[in-house]
Amino acid sequence: MSSTHGTTKTAGAVVGPSAPERSGPTGDSPQVRAVRRRVQELLPAKTVITDHARLRTYECDGLAHYRVTPALAVLADSVDDVATTVRICAEERVPFVARGSGTGLSGGALPRADGVLIVMSRMRAIREVSAEDQRAVVEPGVINLDVTKAAAAHGYYYAPDPSSQQICSIGGNVAENSGGAHCLKYGFTSNHVTGAEFVAPDGSVVELGGRALDAPGYDLLGTVIGSEGTLGIATAVTVRLTRTPEHVVTVLAGFPSTDDAGAATSAIIGAGIVPAAIEMMDALAIEAAEAAVHCNYPEGAGAVLVVELDGPEVEVRQEFDQVERLCRDNGAFAFRVANDDVERALIWRGRKSAFAAVGRISPDYIVQDGVIPRTSLPKVLRAIAELSASSAVRVANVFHAGDGNLHPLVLFDDSEEGQGEAAEEISGKILDLCIEAGGSITGEHGVGMDKSAYMPRMFSDADLDTMQMVRCAFDPNNISNPGKIFPTPRLCGEVPGRHKGEHPLAKSGIAEIF
Amino acid sequence: MTTDALAAAASGQSIDLPTPAFDEYRPPSAALVGDCVHCGFCLPSCPTYVLWGEEMDSPRGRIDLMKQGLEGDPLTDSMVGHFDACLGCMACVTACPSGVQYDRLIETTRAQVERRHQRTRRDKALRGAIFALFPYPRRLRALRGPLRGWQRIGGDRLLRRTGLLERIAPSLAAMERLAPRLGKAERLPERTAAIGTRRATVGMLTGCVQREFFPAVNAATVRVLAAEGCDVVVPAKQGCCGALSVHNGREPEALRFARALIDSFENAGVEWVVVNAAGCGSTMKEYAELLRDDPAYAVRAVAFATKVRDVSEILVELGPVATRHPLPITAAYHDACHLAHAQGVRAQPRALLNGIPGLQLREIADPAICCGSAGIYNVLFPEPARELGDRKAANVLATGAELLVTANPGCLMQVAASVERAGETIALAHTVEVLDASIQGRPVASLTGGGTSS
Ligand SMILES: Cc1cc2nc3c(=O)[nH]c(=O)nc-3n(C[C@H](O)[C@H](O)[C@H](O)COP(=O)(O)OP(=O)(O)OC[C@H]3O[C@@H](n4cnc5c(N)ncnc54)[C@H](O)[C@@H]3O)c2cc1C
Ligand code: SF4
Ligand code: SF4
Repeated sequence: MSSTHGTTKTAGAVVGPSAPERSGPTGDSPQVRAVRRRVQELLPAKTVITDHARLRTYECDGLAHYRVTPALAVLADSVDDVATTVRICAEERVPFVARGSGTGLSGGALPRADGVLIVMSRMRAIREVSAEDQRAVVEPGVINLDVTKAAAAHGYYYAPDPSSQQICSIGGNVAENSGGAHCLKYGFTSNHVTGAEFVAPDGSVVELGGRALDAPGYDLLGTVIGSEGTLGIATAVTVRLTRTPEHVVTVLAGFPSTDDAGAATSAIIGAGIVPAAIEMMDALAIEAAEAAVHCNYPEGAGAVLVVELDGPEVEVRQEFDQVERLCRDNGAFAFRVANDDVERALIWRGRKSAFAAVGRISPDYIVQDGVIPRTSLPKVLRAIAELSASSAVRVANVFHAGDGNLHPLVLFDDSEEGQGEAAEEISGKILDLCIEAGGSITGEHGVGMDKSAYMPRMFSDADLDTMQMVRCAFDPNNISNPGKIFPTPRLCGEVPGRHKGEHPLAKSGIAEIF
Repeated sequence: MTTDALAAAASGQSIDLPTPAFDEYRPPSAALVGDCVHCGFCLPSCPTYVLWGEEMDSPRGRIDLMKQGLEGDPLTDSMVGHFDACLGCMACVTACPSGVQYDRLIETTRAQVERRHQRTRRDKALRGAIFALFPYPRRLRALRGPLRGWQRIGGDRLLRRTGLLERIAPSLAAMERLAPRLGKAERLPERTAAIGTRRATVGMLTGCVQREFFPAVNAATVRVLAAEGCDVVVPAKQGCCGALSVHNGREPEALRFARALIDSFENAGVEWVVVNAAGCGSTMKEYAELLRDDPAYAVRAVAFATKVRDVSEILVELGPVATRHPLPITAAYHDACHLAHAQGVRAQPRALLNGIPGLQLREIADPAICCGSAGIYNVLFPEPARELGDRKAANVLATGAELLVTANPGCLMQVAASVERAGETIALAHTVEVLDASIQGRPVASLTGGGTSS
């Protein structure tokens, strides 16, 4: 069983240096050899991984479909390790890819056979927790949930909570601008990071932003957040801590169908309530979660909503009454309330384990990620159901209903002839539905390797060129996680016509002059 | 093709395709390997990942290594090193939302490693010494007079030369320190009658380390079971359950132990086989799988395995009848991996402890992370074991509890040694010892004063 977003046919099939492949001769170019020799000279032996079996455990991230063995891996212990490695890569023109916990779902941390994988998972010190300032300074390998654990004693927590929060790293969150169930009220990673220590693609160490919410000058930090490792590597992150709410109520409501649950969602938000979270799961997703964690959701539900309200107690109580009424008005036949952390954890467990749990009901599946305007929810869900019915490919739906961020899970069995292709086709068509509805091809999992081929469906050439110019400003040599995000690799600062001969990469069709 | 083969090709040598890591006899199942969706959810509860933060020493990475082996990559020293470093704590099994059976995977992998991998002489000698000693109650007993014991193993020149003594010694020393005053271990009667109405007839495993170093735990188990209405049968001729051998890939030895144990209990006329050591219980519950290819034992193993219960399970299943007397004490309960992760037994010991009037139960932070004892792991890998022990000790001490309760002799010794290193003390007891004190109406001091306290 594997979870994938798509295969080379529907997405990410970028020819050239970024194409996924097993480590081959490119892993042994003179430049790569030089990098290997130089980092081995400068860094401790335990930091530099060259053993083939070990390197292969870094072949993929949470999108196990794409696998590339890196030429070399550096398990950094400090900003110096990172800066040294990046500087050497820059001097030798060898690409590097940052990796956090490797939970990414778009192949963002997919290594390069001709490059260095710089792994941040050992840099996991929480340098400072300052409750008075509502700030914490953490190394990039720190696990998201550990920030909350460290802040909890002071009455604070770290708000962005991807379902993978128990293992994904802050560095990965920054790179992906990750969101989570509670982003509806609290915003994404970008709303909770105020500064970063950053190794630019030439190996220099710079400070971006600071402790203040909005540093003067260009918002370079804002540029870097969500850049998927293509602009450099974060080596320390200053995050904003949020006061633990005075009161939290979590409810689980069972509905006959996703239409009813969707209508309830719209009604709740239409009533001016901003819940901390509104999450929806359909019948198939519920079945998977039940199989995995026995979350005991209402029997026979065609959809469930998890609604969480937080804030001052009086306010929460008032909103709670409204939410209950609106759910029942829209057909909720079961309404369960969690009053303490244990009950709350039980409700959330089903939702947070949903992706991985789908493995219980299907040998293989694709985790899709798309965004639509919330009001289009019933329409798009129906269209997905029709796609599924007409193709006999099952689709389970889990999503951040409040944000209109869909996570359709397309189920298939790769051992059955043709099923993989059919699943990919549906998966791609779902993205088309999102674009048609005025949404986007990714809500929070990023473009990475997997969706770069979809970028032109959303953006014009001019849009993509503009993005490339930003990239070139940071990384003129195109060595920082190249081949991700953009469908076609470009060479920076080279204007067509100035050269006598064609650039060899352009000539071979690998890159376009930009 | 591997890079080695490529290099060989480049240098003009003939290419010997490397021998694939696994052979046909019970390789790790490709289907089970395929169940892993690479989500990484198991990483934070894996003790080696917690220590080192690297992929190849995480469950996900080890499954990747198995996958490489199944794809035909050779069983390299580096691969074996990462399999060896796994504590077999099964925290990853609990953590995995996809239901990946890592327990099965590592067990089959280890058996292949033991059969196919050439270990260094030193490593072989150390493992040999351990397995010549720990699973044999009588040999352990011979070591109970410490100096006499040291001299005896010390007499083995190989042991000395390879520094094995220093490796095994700390564990034995810890056992020795924790074990109650030397003296004759009480012999348990072969049959103890239920007090009051008989509710069940149970057999009891006496274990190896438990029997020799913590005989009080076995005695308490018999008393508690009897008090709760069980006839307790203790077959005299019982040996090791094979847990250590199974967990270290020594399959033939494990099979021998398992068959013998089934023989000992088969005709004892018992409804349940009760175990008070977590590691033994988890292995005995898996005898069916272990002996599935043995025509003479396959069916009998199934029957045996279904009867196996941890002592806390059976006590909760039966429900209390004996009166609990108050024990005003704060106690921290430590989940032994082979009870919590391997058997899913978490609620029962807590329920039993909570049923004692006056006892205040405290939870230990990061309960899912192994204390580093892990069978013989602390002998094979003293450094990481020690680091994990220190982390656990810090979390235990932070509870401020007076008494540490757990259900495995290995954990007791490991945590005790770490607490001592931290310059602190805490009283230690097995869950049944606490219950026994309460049922017998003994004072708190009987737990905090003498007995197994450090
Ligand atoms: C079961 C499951 C559920 C998930 N749920 C959510 C969810 O609810 N919301 C959500 O947003 N995501 C979710 N994800 C996706 C994923 O967890 C996030 O994208 C997460 O932020 C990735 O973090 P990571 O540490 O694993 O990064 P990796 O996967 O290692 O890397 C991700 C990207 O970040 C880059 N990167 C990593 N560290 C750094 C650094 N220090 N500096 C610069 N670049 C860096 C990498 O190059 C790569 O491009 C889920 C994933 C799984 C498997
Ligand atoms: S059994 Fe324990 S040590 Fe081994 S991989 Fe699983 S969690 Fe890690
Ligand atoms: S939690 Fe399970 S599926 Fe996820 S990486 Fe670990 S073993 Fe694989």
